[in-house]
Amino acid sequence: MNATNLIVTASPHLKDRDTTPRIMWTVAASLVPVILASAFFFGVSSILVILASTAGCLLTERWLGRKDALRDGSAMITGLLLGLSLPPGIPMWMAALGGFFGIAFGKAIWGGLGQNGFNPALIGRAFLQTAFPVAITTWPTPGGDFFALKGDLFAFPFMSPQITHVVTSATPLGLFKFEQKLTPIVDLVLGTTGGSVGETSAVVILLCGAYLAWKGYLNWRSPVSIILSVLVLGQFLHFINPARAAGGLFHVFSGGLMLGAVYMATDMVTVPTTNRGRWVFGGCVGALVVVIRVYGGLPEGVMYAILIMNAFTPLINRATQPTVFGTVKLKEAK
Amino acid sequence: MAFFGFAHGVHPPEEKELTSGLPIRRMPYPDEIILPLRQHAGKPATLCVKVGDRVERGDPVGHADGYMSVPIHASAAGTVTAIELWPHPDGSMAQSVHIKVDKYALQMPRPRLVPRWEGLTVEQVVKAVQEAGVVGLGGAAFPTHVKLAPPKDHTVHTLIVNGAECEPYLTSDHRTMVEYPERVHFGCRVMMHTLGVSKAVIGVEKNKPDAIAALERAKPKDLDITILPLTVKYPQGAEKMLIHAVTGVEVPSGKLPVTVGVVVQNVGSLAAIAEVFDTGLPLIERIVTVTGHGLKRPANLIVPVGTKLKDLLAYCDGVTPNAREVINGGPMMGMAVSNLDAPVIKGTTGIVVLTSDEVRGETVYPCIHCGRCLEACPVFLNPSWLGDLARVRRYQDMADEHLSDCMLCGSCSYVCPSNIPLSQLFQASKVALRRIQIAGAA
Repeated sequence: MNATNLIVTASPHLKDRDTTPRIMWTVAASLVPVILASAFFFGVSSILVILASTAGCLLTERWLGRKDALRDGSAMITGLLLGLSLPPGIPMWMAALGGFFGIAFGKAIWGGLGQNGFNPALIGRAFLQTAFPVAITTWPTPGGDFFALKGDLFAFPFMSPQITHVVTSATPLGLFKFEQKLTPIVDLVLGTTGGSVGETSAVVILLCGAYLAWKGYLNWRSPVSIILSVLVLGQFLHFINPARAAGGLFHVFSGGLMLGAVYMATDMVTVPTTNRGRWVFGGCVGALVVVIRVYGGLPEGVMYAILIMNAFTPLINRATQPTVFGTVKLKEAK
Repeated sequence: MAFFGFAHGVHPPEEKELTSGLPIRRMPYPDEIILPLRQHAGKPATLCVKVGDRVERGDPVGHADGYMSVPIHASAAGTVTAIELWPHPDGSMAQSVHIKVDKYALQMPRPRLVPRWEGLTVEQVVKAVQEAGVVGLGGAAFPTHVKLAPPKDHTVHTLIVNGAECEPYLTSDHRTMVEYPERVHFGCRVMMHTLGVSKAVIGVEKNKPDAIAALERAKPKDLDITILPLTVKYPQGAEKMLIHAVTGVEVPSGKLPVTVGVVVQNVGSLAAIAEVFDTGLPLIERIVTVTGHGLKRPANLIVPVGTKLKDLLAYCDGVTPNAREVINGGPMMGMAVSNLDAPVIKGTTGIVVLTSDEVRGETVYPCIHCGRCLEACPVFLNPSWLGDLARVRRYQDMADEHLSDCMLCGSCSYVCPSNIPLSQLFQASKVALRRIQIAGAA
């Protein structure tokens, strides 16, 4: 009997078919409808912004990451998410620089995949927010010709962009905060409002998230707890002072909340591992979002809420460890 | 019955249909029998034959060395040709007795090597079971007579019989329940009598309806035996999971099942008890599932203990060209065989031949903290965190995180998308920790 090609490995000898690259690439693929929706609203500009940020991420990962790091697909997700969180009119070089910063300082410097404490896409965006506060808060109005650029996308680095002929409008959150104008919920749900590339159509994002949750690639507890928390706290503050705080539903469907709740607060690396921890994490993110939006200086707070809670992830993990089988009685006995 | 299962766990492909419908057949005697003196948990048997001795079927070749030990018996008549270190299925080398099988012997046993059961006192039954070399046939090979005499400071109220057989591929317990339900019940009767309990529960996974039906049909009228269908899930057959499913009680961490008043025994072991009292022969053969997509003719076989794996696989027409790994036991907790000269021993539940498509890949990715292992762990550990600790060798911290409660079921490694060998890390850590503790005590 020929036994020369037999191997010896440690148990278990069977393995579930899901692999880390498969999870990552599926998440990346699930963003395609979101990207298409943004292209529908903002035209070719949104595609260009996403291309630029993704290129920045992939090149940086190739340069600083592990050997074959591109294959696991995590840099792809970071690039797509960063692009989706930027305004469609931002110059492409800025988007690419954000991608570089996100991967280099949000991921590679920590030790690569699985080691980073903060969401790399949000690190990239936070960097851009600080470095280019004007460009990142210039919101073009959706609609119009598909090939009409929504800003000076091809501006040279560090030259002042020429945004003369673009119609801009405030985001629903900005409108409410600075002008006390309430955008109808229907527009928010469908996404026909101003905002970031992917921060518009709540329906599409929810559907993609539901697909991922069904596949088991997304833990539904984070988004559900965030949405519930925003809904409850938002409605509560609205009840106290309707002039200052918009209703719970408005908060849920406006701004980057859907993208953040479904895709960024579910990044496995930077959120708590335990299910109980995910409820705590989501609840706190939701509360922070509402507090920043209502009482903070900025109209939008999803990015900072998630980044702040990322910092608490190790603590939440420690506090929400599961109770080991057979130890309940021991504690009672003591 | 309020509880039929447990939380967490995994669902590996069952692959039991390869052999679940095949009746148990007897395998012919091989040319040579290899009997390691260490086939059970506890102390190895002490040698009692020498080279050149003639042994008959059922004669002891090694005596029990103390209470935590059982004797080893010759599974075929023949001549002792060598006593030497020989590959053991666990990968080590073990002192083993080689017997050249006498092809012309009738293989008739000597009459009544084991006494009749009727009229024996409890102590005599325990002694007879030990003398017959009966051990748990579920894999761990714990001496059965020790379970028959639980510590006096505990009261046992229920006998739980493990017919879950949650390991993928294996069907030996399944076929035993379908074909020999009377033996299972008879074994139950012996154990209930010796333990002094009036209640027994046989837990069987729901994917074996024919086994449940056969057991129900053969149920004796005078005994309180319940057959409980269990959820199909791995590791349903783990002792603590089974106890939880049947009684709803969690066995305290670090304690034996007897502390909650139950004794767990595997159906195969019960059938073995019944068989030794029935035939008067000690435990010299067992039912082995020889299966896998890498094997040409899967089968459920009665195999003489000591048959070389090589001979066993050859009897099943050998392996296919894409066979990649031979597993002693089930694919979740079994060990890969490094030498096919190693024999079948009392604890060999099955031999599974996996193909190159099934074995684990080599690429390991970093942990992404997805939390799947937390949802898989049947004892609610945090394998992700324990794995991080293991890699930086913080063994003492692992002990504080309840490493000792890990039963190495492999559920965490099974689900890990990054293919991190968690259960291997934990096994190594347990060994390292024991070494530290011994060094600390010395």
